[in-house]
Amino acid sequence: MFPKWFDKWNRENPKDIYGPAIAIGVIGAAVFAAAVVVTWGQPYATNSLQSGPRGTGMSRPEFKADLAKPDPTIATFLASTSAPVVPQGSEQTAGAARDNVPPGLEGLTVENYDRLLAAMRAWTGIPDLFDNPDSYQTGVGHVMIGMTRNINENWDGHVNANKQVGVTCYTCHRGQPVPSDIWFKISPVNEAVKGWSANQNRVTVQSQYTSLPSDALEKYLLDGETIKVHDLESRVAGVPGKDDYPGIQHAERTFALMNYVANSLGVNCVFCHNSRAFYDAGQVTPQWGTEMLGIQMVLELNNDYLVPLEGMLPENRLGPVYADAPKAACKTCHKGYQQPLQGTNVIKDWPELATTGSAPDYSN
Amino acid sequence: MVELVARTADLAKPSGDVIMADYQNIFTQVQVQGRPEWGMDDSGQMMAERVGTPRFSKLIGWLGNAQIGPINFGMVGIVSLASGFIWFFIVGLNMLAQVGWSLPEFLRQLFWLALEPPSPEYGLSMPPLNDGGWYIISSFFLLVAVLGWWVRTYQLAQQHKMGKHVAWAFASAIWLFLVLGLFRPILMGSWSEAVPYGIFPHLDWTTAFSIRYGNLYYNPFHCLSIVFLYGSVLLFAMHGATILAVSRFGGDRELEQIVDRGTASERAALFWRWTMGFNATMEGIHRWAWWFAVLTPITGGIGILLTGTVVDNWFIWAQEHNFAPMYDGSYGYEAYGSYEAFIGQGE
Repeated sequence: MFPKWFDKWNRENPKDIYGPAIAIGVIGAAVFAAAVVVTWGQPYATNSLQSGPRGTGMSRPEFKADLAKPDPTIATFLASTSAPVVPQGSEQTAGAARDNVPPGLEGLTVENYDRLLAAMRAWTGIPDLFDNPDSYQTGVGHVMIGMTRNINENWDGHVNANKQVGVTCYTCHRGQPVPSDIWFKISPVNEAVKGWSANQNRVTVQSQYTSLPSDALEKYLLDGETIKVHDLESRVAGVPGKDDYPGIQHAERTFALMNYVANSLGVNCVFCHNSRAFYDAGQVTPQWGTEMLGIQMVLELNNDYLVPLEGMLPENRLGPVYADAPKAACKTCHKGYQQPLQGTNVIKDWPELATTGSAPDYSN
Repeated sequence: MVELVARTADLAKPSGDVIMADYQNIFTQVQVQGRPEWGMDDSGQMMAERVGTPRFSKLIGWLGNAQIGPINFGMVGIVSLASGFIWFFIVGLNMLAQVGWSLPEFLRQLFWLALEPPSPEYGLSMPPLNDGGWYIISSFFLLVAVLGWWVRTYQLAQQHKMGKHVAWAFASAIWLFLVLGLFRPILMGSWSEAVPYGIFPHLDWTTAFSIRYGNLYYNPFHCLSIVFLYGSVLLFAMHGATILAVSRFGGDRELEQIVDRGTASERAALFWRWTMGFNATMEGIHRWAWWFAVLTPITGGIGILLTGTVVDNWFIWAQEHNFAPMYDGSYGYEAYGSYEAFIGQGE
């Protein structure tokens, strides 16, 4: 192929060109990569906030790019909110001036009722909410108003654990008639088997796409089963499945719930626990207590407010397997953030939703 | 002399183009392919056990010996292999049944699916087939398959008048296997403690097992097992590197070096003695490696066997034995900063 003199010269002057070529290639690629990172910036730079003693690995890591970008739904909420009109005592009440006023809101002044109705329609994405008393949405809406007020008044320890934030319809609905991240019962998920073979090892939303049990939300956030997988002494005699001696399967189901919680809040185990001793309440962050209250709160919301909706909702709003009512859990409100709407105080403009009583406190 | 050694390639060059390779690596090796080697048949009966027509593969030759086959199956080997396949198909068909015999779903969820052990309420009794019964049946066949394969390693070593080192090393792995699937479940009084047969599910089991029993990292035998596991890796790398580094002096002919120490062994020994003050011997390094490898599952198995039978919460056990210190410092953000500042909300 090449002239003979070229081949001859090459033969007489052997030179290793591959070594230098590889070296230059590697160094060149490294220089190029370094130049890209220096000029355009590290795309995956992280920041972290410590949350436990040094040496325990307890910290909250986040991408700087995510930290720089607030939850986009905060702006949507702020556009929908409006300052309350403090009643002077002589206003007409909504119950007297308006039709189809949801129970509990009749005593509001007309201005505040109109304001609240407009906001609720924006929050739920239902433009004619409460117009038609025969619509199922009206009945469901009445229950939901009661639920929202109950959360704000009675679950202060969870919702306002860090500071006053409260909840409104928007916390779950985000402008959608059906909130995202609701869940239904689906267990058993496997055919032809029963027991612990039937409720796990499938890619489901309920298992957060893991092979862990798909019935963790159902057992712990609906049926109220106790989360207890650890022995609190170094030696506890017992046989799995008897005498409250938890099996490894219970640990897996608990793990499924914990993994769901972590994904819902965009955190990991050490957000609450010191992972070297998951069970030890002496080595936890304050969020551990907040979460315990959250589990109790979700149990109440599901059993007292959401399950009873089953008879009111049309078929296409019910679950695919059991035709059960949609249920709530952590992600329904949190949507992947440690605090819903990143801790935006959504209740300060809405004293009407902050109390289960008929007289909102407008003094703030 | 030095020049002569350096020029062996030229000396061995009989006529112009053919170059004898005296130092082989994966790119330069010479693969000899002739009549396949069948092994000895001194009793005249031994050929009966050898199955398969031997052939050569250039590709396989890059990784090891280019000759593939024959295999000495023997009766135990056949039983072992058949049992193994029965276990494999019971597991696979159970997975397939769980997705309603849908092949696409089976492939899609393959890593998620499992044949699970019985639910806890059945204890050590025979559960229904659809709640662990198939697991028990398949486990029996897996047991036969694994033990049969062990007998094979023993018998073949015996036939070759070898030591039984491979069989005993395999037995140490079988010890861990038996602890996980047989001894511990029996001691716990429930088959539900056994490990599921599935890709992700057995990993779930591993994590849940550690968490259930209060953090397995505080189990001293787990610690030892990790030491021997990582130690095995380190020894394997050190030994492999040392032998490759002296193979140009004939160091890869390790057995010759053991009985008649040559310059390869001398250099390897000097290298390590000058590096860290101590060197293994050409024979001893293999004892180091064997014991490290064998002790990994032996200690691990002891650790598993003690879990739930003798100790139920390893972290508390570690606190009682004074090697789980408490850390100074607060929990929560307040002591270290402000969450609001962290997410860029001022303050």
